[in-house]
Amino acid sequence: MAYRSVTTESAPVRCLLIGLAFIALTLFLLLPLAAVFIEAFRRGADVLVKSLSEDAALSAVKLTLTAAFVAVPLNTIFGVAAAWLITKFRFKGRTFLLALIDLPFAVSPVIAGLVFVLLFGARGWFGPFLQDNDIQIIFAMPGIILATVFVTFPFVARELIPLMESQGSDQEEAAVTLGAHGWQIFRRVTIPNIKWGLLYGVLLCNARAMGEFGAVSVVSGHIRGKTNTLPLHVEVLYNEYQFSAAFACAALLALLALVTLGLKSAVEHFTGHSAKGRH
Amino acid sequence: MPKQRVIPGFGLSMGITIFWLSSIIIIPLAALFIKAAGLGPAEWWAILTSPRTLAAAKLTFGASAAAAGVSVVLGLLVAWVLVRYEFPGKKLLDAIVDLPFALPTAVAGITLTQIYAPNGWIGKILFEWGIKSAYSPIGVFIALTFIGFPFVVRTVQPVMEDLGHDLEEAAASLGAGRWTTFRRVIFPMLVPALITGFTLAFARAIGEYGSVIFISGNLPMKTEILPLLIVKQLEQFKYEAAAVIASGMLIVSFGLLFLINLLQRRLNWQAR
Repeated sequence: MAYRSVTTESAPVRCLLIGLAFIALTLFLLLPLAAVFIEAFRRGADVLVKSLSEDAALSAVKLTLTAAFVAVPLNTIFGVAAAWLITKFRFKGRTFLLALIDLPFAVSPVIAGLVFVLLFGARGWFGPFLQDNDIQIIFAMPGIILATVFVTFPFVARELIPLMESQGSDQEEAAVTLGAHGWQIFRRVTIPNIKWGLLYGVLLCNARAMGEFGAVSVVSGHIRGKTNTLPLHVEVLYNEYQFSAAFACAALLALLALVTLGLKSAVEHFTGHSAKGRH
Repeated sequence: MPKQRVIPGFGLSMGITIFWLSSIIIIPLAALFIKAAGLGPAEWWAILTSPRTLAAAKLTFGASAAAAGVSVVLGLLVAWVLVRYEFPGKKLLDAIVDLPFALPTAVAGITLTQIYAPNGWIGKILFEWGIKSAYSPIGVFIALTFIGFPFVVRTVQPVMEDLGHDLEEAAASLGAGRWTTFRRVIFPMLVPALITGFTLAFARAIGEYGSVIFISGNLPMKTEILPLLIVKQLEQFKYEAAAVIASGMLIVSFGLLFLINLLQRRLNWQAR
């Protein structure tokens, strides 16, 4: 007689639930993903290549890469420092600080853009000063970078804090007693322990930085070939009914998402445990 | 005398954290509230209770709550299947759950619109049944569910993995069927995680912009969400009005998060 476990469901129920999950995720996630690539290739590969190699698209790619190139390292430094502070020390106001680090998750991207317009826009607090000195922040690259930094602010910290909390500080304390100084401890003890979590945090931060839409849209001014990032370029093309070109650029961004997910699975495979965080 | 800290770097890490947090998050957000406070209470009231703002608020909070609610059901199902069962394609299913986190919102927006438009793959079928999905509040709800449900999966999944089998075995030995065991034993233990997942999905949905504006059609009074209303005010250089709506939105969503947190603590306390 077959042994039947009491802590699982009968085979038909199992199949039904697995089937439901598969159908739901296929309709809900795989279908939209497939649609991006199907629409991108609808009018042939040469149209795809042409839409990606036109000047406006190239400058959008360049701007997107530049913004991520500045924002991601800055937030990585912050994330490591914040995680070190939160997990290695106990001090007054620690919980409050933790809540503040999470704050950008609860702020709409549009509001993230708006705050910088209010500060640096032509009629903002520093507007007259900036105008007198001929510095442009809003509707230019610095504003785009600031907005990107705001929305990607907690990603690295959020990934590292639970990881470092669970690892404790025993190894670092041992290193101190052996006479290592701060930088040595960080480089030789902490970094090897957190490298996969750190990599995953950086990947997520980067994916969000390159894909950010709302915040950047508010500060960019949509100047074609100048202040359009790739997601904004997608919007412009879509609103001009250039669907094939819009989906060609969207496919490029979707590819970035797939690479991120692939690397994430690889990281989990290497570490043997899951690096699941909240973002 | 304060206890000597063993590990170095307190001052440096505190300095970097406080500097970056203040310059990027705190000062800019404070500027927003100060700008909004420049208008008197009467003007605040007029902006926040104008029919257009109220309609946008109703849609934003209503669709977000509905989407977070559906996300809880869908997320529970997916987390359950991923944790409890072995089947081919499980790794792929697990990886694909994170897609909405990684996919830029503008891409999600245009592709969901493509699918749910009246001539799209799913939109066509729904249209024949008399349901208009894209360019209606239903479209907003669809986009917000897409964005929100991974939050539920990823908060419930680790909790489910940590549940031992002993309680279920005890329930079975006392004669409970699987459904009774799930309803009376497993589900209550998942409630705090489900509430956290709901909260995260809800908070994200309230502020969501990119994926919604393509599918919603953006008709004032009908399918306009609050973040879009802020953008519209900015485009007309009504900075104060934009700041007031943004402040109102932040106050309401922080308040809601705080309330849900309180509820959460209560539940955790009762469970002890």
